[in-house]
Amino acid sequence: MFKFASMLMTPAAKYLMLAFAVLFPLVAANEYQVYVMATAFVWAIAVYGLNIITGFCGQLNLAHGGFFAIGAYTLGLLTADYGWSFWPAFLAALVMTAALGFLVGIVSLRLKEHYFAIFTLCVGFIIYLLIDKWEELTHGAIGVRDIAAPYGFGVVDFTDTTPFYYLVLAFLVFAIWFMGRLSKSLLGRTFIAIRNGDELAQSLGINLMRNKVLAFVLSTTYAGLAGALYAGMVRFIGPDEANIQHTFDMITYLLVGGIGTIMGPLLGTIGIVWITQSLQFLEEYRMIIFGPLLVLLVIFFPRGITGSFLTWMHRKSQALVPGKKREESKVNTVQPREAESNA
Amino acid sequence: MNLFFQQIINGLTLGSIYGLVALGLTLVYGILHIPNFAHGALYMVGAFMSYFFMVDLGAHYWVAMAGSAIVVAALAVLCERLVFHPLRHSPPIHDKIAAIGILLFLEAVVQMFWGSDFRRMSSPFTGILNFDGLIIPEQRLLIIAGAFVLVVALQLFLRKTMTGATIIAMAQSRDGAFLVGIDANRVAMMTFAISGVLAAFAATLYAPINLVYPAMGHLVIMKAFVIIILGGMGSIPGAIIGGMIIGFAEALGGFYISTSYKDIIAFGLLVLILSVRPQGLFAKGAH
Repeated sequence: MFKFASMLMTPAAKYLMLAFAVLFPLVAANEYQVYVMATAFVWAIAVYGLNIITGFCGQLNLAHGGFFAIGAYTLGLLTADYGWSFWPAFLAALVMTAALGFLVGIVSLRLKEHYFAIFTLCVGFIIYLLIDKWEELTHGAIGVRDIAAPYGFGVVDFTDTTPFYYLVLAFLVFAIWFMGRLSKSLLGRTFIAIRNGDELAQSLGINLMRNKVLAFVLSTTYAGLAGALYAGMVRFIGPDEANIQHTFDMITYLLVGGIGTIMGPLLGTIGIVWITQSLQFLEEYRMIIFGPLLVLLVIFFPRGITGSFLTWMHRKSQALVPGKKREESKVNTVQPREAESNA
Repeated sequence: MNLFFQQIINGLTLGSIYGLVALGLTLVYGILHIPNFAHGALYMVGAFMSYFFMVDLGAHYWVAMAGSAIVVAALAVLCERLVFHPLRHSPPIHDKIAAIGILLFLEAVVQMFWGSDFRRMSSPFTGILNFDGLIIPEQRLLIIAGAFVLVVALQLFLRKTMTGATIIAMAQSRDGAFLVGIDANRVAMMTFAISGVLAAFAATLYAPINLVYPAMGHLVIMKAFVIIILGGMGSIPGAIIGGMIIGFAEALGGFYISTSYKDIIAFGLLVLILSVRPQGLFAKGAH
């Protein structure tokens, strides 16, 4: 069991997953499955963004769905109303979400913890209301139609599902690769230091504001990227894309997969998207299961699938090395109990 | 001029409802330092419970209100026991996510039983009072009076009874409260129960002039959060004053500026104030 599990942690496992993703359209039963998978990938990219600010940096951003919608609307409005073609509008969507993320970030990140969560909740709602009410710009409740599909420079036709699937996959691989690099870099470790304790991080000489804003802008850019891809894929968007429900969905994906891990967002998103797909009757009532699931997860498995797996691996590998390391882990398990009795 | 007074009445009504919801929220925050995102769902359940008692069981308005208060208080206590209590030593982000989980769950359950239609709830107070051209519907008057009575009752409870005093003590200093032997569990449950009762009362008072539907809590809870940030989280007078500020801003703004953007006013105000004063308007240091 342990040997098998440790194989999952080798780079080979990642290439295997990638190979499966590449071959998926060939083994899929129909085009619809490919479409669902592409949707899952799009959401996964957005969840990776949430993972940067919430998982690594420890700030619960409840406006994430709003930035997803801003990405989608920037692309949609530029192509449908202003005649831009896809790729320039795509870049504009990234720039737009990054710029707005910067503006929101410098205001909201002065606030800590609960204040930040509540503030971003309100920002998310303002985004929704603006999209819904500002009819001159966004067409209000009617939504945006005739969004351009990405053009393939005469080589591929992205209006087909399968080529688009590969396009999304390419972006997803890039997003995960970037996330992996980030988590190993000084910057990623800085984010984690901030999550573990603002004051401690500051006393180490970390500029809190600059790093938090950077994490926030990165996360909103991820959301914008996902939103723009989404708009290019479904080619019709409405104010509902900014609904707070999407943010809650993404939090569920992130938590199930494993908050603050590299593979967690992908596993959580794909897993839940497929479960809801296969249980169509659940679509409307899925929260009857996912609501309590969220609660149970934070109580019993706060690190999700990936995090719990990594913890288990870590314990196993320590158990194999007798002596010193074991004592260390014992010390670690005692500490929380002491803290409990003090409280 | 009458139109202006009409807006004052509207502002008072809205402010009363927002204030009641915000009071429950601020009490829970003061004791447990949890921003209870599920509070809006409790408010929504309160409205549906009253609706259920009145329409399906044929109960009187007051009976329905009392029944709904009991159910929602029990639900709030259950949330505290099953969810927030086990999470008391977790990082704060877990409480918030768990609260969101409860919110999603309650909404889905209500939607399963009642569907997502908009429902109208009747009230025995349908008359309209006319003071020399100034028209006040009885229900609005009831809301204002009800909120006033509830706030006074809450103040008396907190200041004059032993149980109330333990809640205040715990809000002032957790460690101090433990030192004098206050049972934290009891206080936590009591606080959640009070917040549930206030939410149910607010929902039942407001439902007859509004509609009952599963998403009805969203806007109210977000505005309640805005209010307790304005008033300083954990502060009781802050919640009442903040509620009135938002109520009036919305009533007057909706009338003089734009109806379709009136919901943005509260949030715009919050963004503006927090940009200038990140600690809120009336924030006290250690609370």
